[in-house]
Amino acid sequence: MAPQQRKPHVCRNPDLIRGVGKYSRSKMYHKRGLWAIKAKNGGAFPKHEKKAAAAAPAEKPPKFYPADDVKKPLVNKRKARPTKLRASITPGTVLIILAGRFKGKRVVFLKQLTSGLLLVTGPFKINGVPLRRVNQSYVIATSTKVDISGVNVEKFDDKYFGKKVEKKKKKGEGEFFEAEKEEKNVLPQDKKDDQKSVDAALIKSIEAVPDLKSYLGARFSLKAGMKPHELVF
Amino acid sequence: MPFKRYVEIGRVALVNYGKDYGKLVVIVDVIDQNRALVDAPDMVRGQMNFKRLTLTDIKIDIKRVPNKKTLVAALEAADVKNKWESSSWGRKLIVQKKRASLKDFDRFKIMLAKIKKAGVVRQELSKLKKETTC
Repeated sequence: MAPQQRKPHVCRNPDLIRGVGKYSRSKMYHKRGLWAIKAKNGGAFPKHEKKAAAAAPAEKPPKFYPADDVKKPLVNKRKARPTKLRASITPGTVLIILAGRFKGKRVVFLKQLTSGLLLVTGPFKINGVPLRRVNQSYVIATSTKVDISGVNVEKFDDKYFGKKVEKKKKKGEGEFFEAEKEEKNVLPQDKKDDQKSVDAALIKSIEAVPDLKSYLGARFSLKAGMKPHELVF
Repeated sequence: MPFKRYVEIGRVALVNYGKDYGKLVVIVDVIDQNRALVDAPDMVRGQMNFKRLTLTDIKIDIKRVPNKKTLVAALEAADVKNKWESSSWGRKLIVQKKRASLKDFDRFKIMLAKIKKAGVVRQELSKLKKETTC
């Protein structure tokens, strides 16, 4: 039996109210069995010999004492974690993007990246939204879910979406006024292939549900009489 | 105009304010000028001000302050649930509840259906118009 398999221990001294236990000190002494431990040890509580303190290496007095006292910053043990994902957002949920170029578009949620941003895709063929990162705060989660089991999103992470770092070229004087780089930022072919492969499986599961394709193709907007605080998404 | 719906024992009322908003309850006793003892199968019998109640047309046959069992039996016998849900008032409330709980996808599907229906109606209308003019 590995020690980790012990059941969690029930509290021996339940609270009557916060700060007041049910049993007194003497009762608790008896409940904990300290009398039995003492008896086993011949009348006194078993003590461990204090370990001899390991001899610390002799410290030399510092050569330099700074003139002013500088305050040390407080220790910060917080760890960076991805933003807590709302319970309503699960892989396959249809989200409504609220801001940016694609505002009002209904997109399919794929996964949350380590930075906390949500990886989302249109699918591109349906509404023109490519594989993209979007912040959770700028999104309404609907309760419509798409079957996302056929999609492999393992390879996408924040680095995939980062800006490409270019090698710095030395600026020559003559090159200042030339349109040096004519590249119109063409999307590399492998990104297009990634989009296609992700969307292929998605579109199949979308077409299985009637009207879902046109739903994802349409933008969301508030019409007359719609009260956002009363709408159920 | 004389009154048609009276506060009486057995009158079914709709709660229009408070924790039990929207429930159908039966007036089981009258406490005083302002309050009634009210009961329903899914709530504890308690008092309610008349201002919180809207009387309906439905009345059931019970004695003053019946047991829960007798009350439920009387409600079944009078078939209050079906009478309510088939009345125009009851149907309106059901539609309101359904509309309020529509999800975004449902609203979209309804929009498509409305457009389709309007298209069909317009086609028929134009057909009829053609017949009368020619």
